Amino acid sequence: MDNLSDTLGRFGGVNLLPVALAGLSFVLIGAPSSWVTLTVAGLSMGMMLFLMASGLSLVFGLMDVLNFGHSAFISFGAFIAATVLAALGGWLDSDSVLLASAALGLALLAAIAFGLAAGLFFETVIIRPVYRDHLRQILITMGALIVSEQIILAVWGGSPITVPRPPFLEGAWIIGDVSIEIYRVFAFALGAGVFVGLMLLLNRTRIGLLIRAGVENREMVEALGFKINRLFIGAFMLGSALAALGGAMWAGYETLITPALGGEMMIVVFIVVIIGGLGSIQGTLLGAIIVGLTANYVGYLAPKLALASNMILMMAILMWRPSGLRPAIK
Amino acid sequence: MSLLSIREMETNIGQYAVLHDVTFDVPEGGVFVLLGRNGAGKTTTLRSIMGLWQPSPGSVTFEGRDITGLVTADIARLGIAYVPENMGIFGGLTVEENLVLATAKGKFDPTRLRRIQDLFPALEKFWTKQAWSLSGGQKQMLSVARAIVEPRALILVDEPTKGLAPSIVAAMDEAFREIAQTATILLVEQNFNFARSLGRDMAVIDDGRIVYRSTMKEFAANTDLLGQLLGLSA
Repeated sequence: MDNLSDTLGRFGGVNLLPVALAGLSFVLIGAPSSWVTLTVAGLSMGMMLFLMASGLSLVFGLMDVLNFGHSAFISFGAFIAATVLAALGGWLDSDSVLLASAALGLALLAAIAFGLAAGLFFETVIIRPVYRDHLRQILITMGALIVSEQIILAVWGGSPITVPRPPFLEGAWIIGDVSIEIYRVFAFALGAGVFVGLMLLLNRTRIGLLIRAGVENREMVEALGFKINRLFIGAFMLGSALAALGGAMWAGYETLITPALGGEMMIVVFIVVIIGGLGSIQGTLLGAIIVGLTANYVGYLAPKLALASNMILMMAILMWRPSGLRPAIK
Repeated sequence: MSLLSIREMETNIGQYAVLHDVTFDVPEGGVFVLLGRNGAGKTTTLRSIMGLWQPSPGSVTFEGRDITGLVTADIARLGIAYVPENMGIFGGLTVEENLVLATAKGKFDPTRLRRIQDLFPALEKFWTKQAWSLSGGQKQMLSVARAIVEPRALILVDEPTKGLAPSIVAAMDEAFREIAQTATILLVEQNFNFARSLGRDMAVIDDGRIVYRSTMKEFAANTDLLGQLLGLSA
């Protein structure tokens, strides 16, 4: 068993799971064109889940905070981006790719800016008084989520809101029998870019080194002369901004959003973080890709199991690896 | 003047009073040893000095400055390093990253780095390896090296020989002798032979109280006291 584990480890270990999942589903699905479409959909969904979950994983791992209010940032990101896109409808409708790109860029930036500001407020006012007290963290962040949903209801109303997309992201590329939605490719590319950026931040900067050290042993980071609270604020703001960006991207993916969006995404985001392993960006990406692929493959092969698939996946992985696939702390 | 003065320090952990009226001075230079049985309050004393637990009431004065109530990061920046009992290394970081994190500006002073590599040659060999893959002795070396990668006036060291092989303990003894030439070490230790070989001054803590203070030479010569305070037979 150890030899098998070592051999697998040399070829990538748990990183091979998405490949194995894709290979198995290729056999089960049978039709290559459907398989490619589902795989692209799964990868892009995974990347959006990664955007939403990466911040939660950092906050969970670094600050030991159970933030059930995280999905409020996802919801607000989605609604703010939708509002900016609607307000810049003229730019989207014009023939200029530049103007449409600017509208999309502004919508994403507005979501990120909101995430940063809301993260600062949330950490300072709501989270800080309940450090080291998980029960109160759950209660207060659940309360904050409910308040956030009510604010969204009050501002945007209860009816579903249509999210316009830039024309250059509409439609699909047809390659033979395979249809690949352009928006999904864009979502995948953006998520991959954010992943690379986060890896550079964590591995090539002093702040990143501090975050990685803080995930393992906060006390020791302080004993080395660093004020961990400042690091907490920065990490929380980054996590909130990423969640808002993920929400904005998800809004464009769904094209119809409701105030219940955050609550619906919360469970999936927690599953991604738990599967991936707390505090690990690579683990979160791995968990998000596996969840995205599983949701799409199971949705096609056994639609009745689609809702339960993520839970079954989480149970199976936790029975195999109780700390998740790639936890930050070994 | 003493480098570190602790006066009437009392520390509560939750509802338990662990330290009661702890008072002692650590003179500048050499190794000061704090001895005591398991659960006597040695680790709590070091953690209270470091601000990881807040003493109340009581005072801690370092280089003539009252540091009571300062946060841990500020205490560390004044020039106090801490080597905890569990070594406190960051397993997911490489040996190099563990050390560079302890530097003030993210860069090594070449002279200090050379000194660390001379003291602990094993660390150079595993420079780019993640720290979790090191042996217990190598982890302890890394933990001590991290404390001296920047100039420090005082190094608090908690049971550095715990669970280590005799050859590593000997290496640690040599390393602490060298380190004590440029910094003061406050050493908490249960291995009396190790403590005796290094210590110049000492105190014994029992049930959260300092019950004895003297030079190490004097204490080691008094077999009755050794038996009474530490349970050691001649």
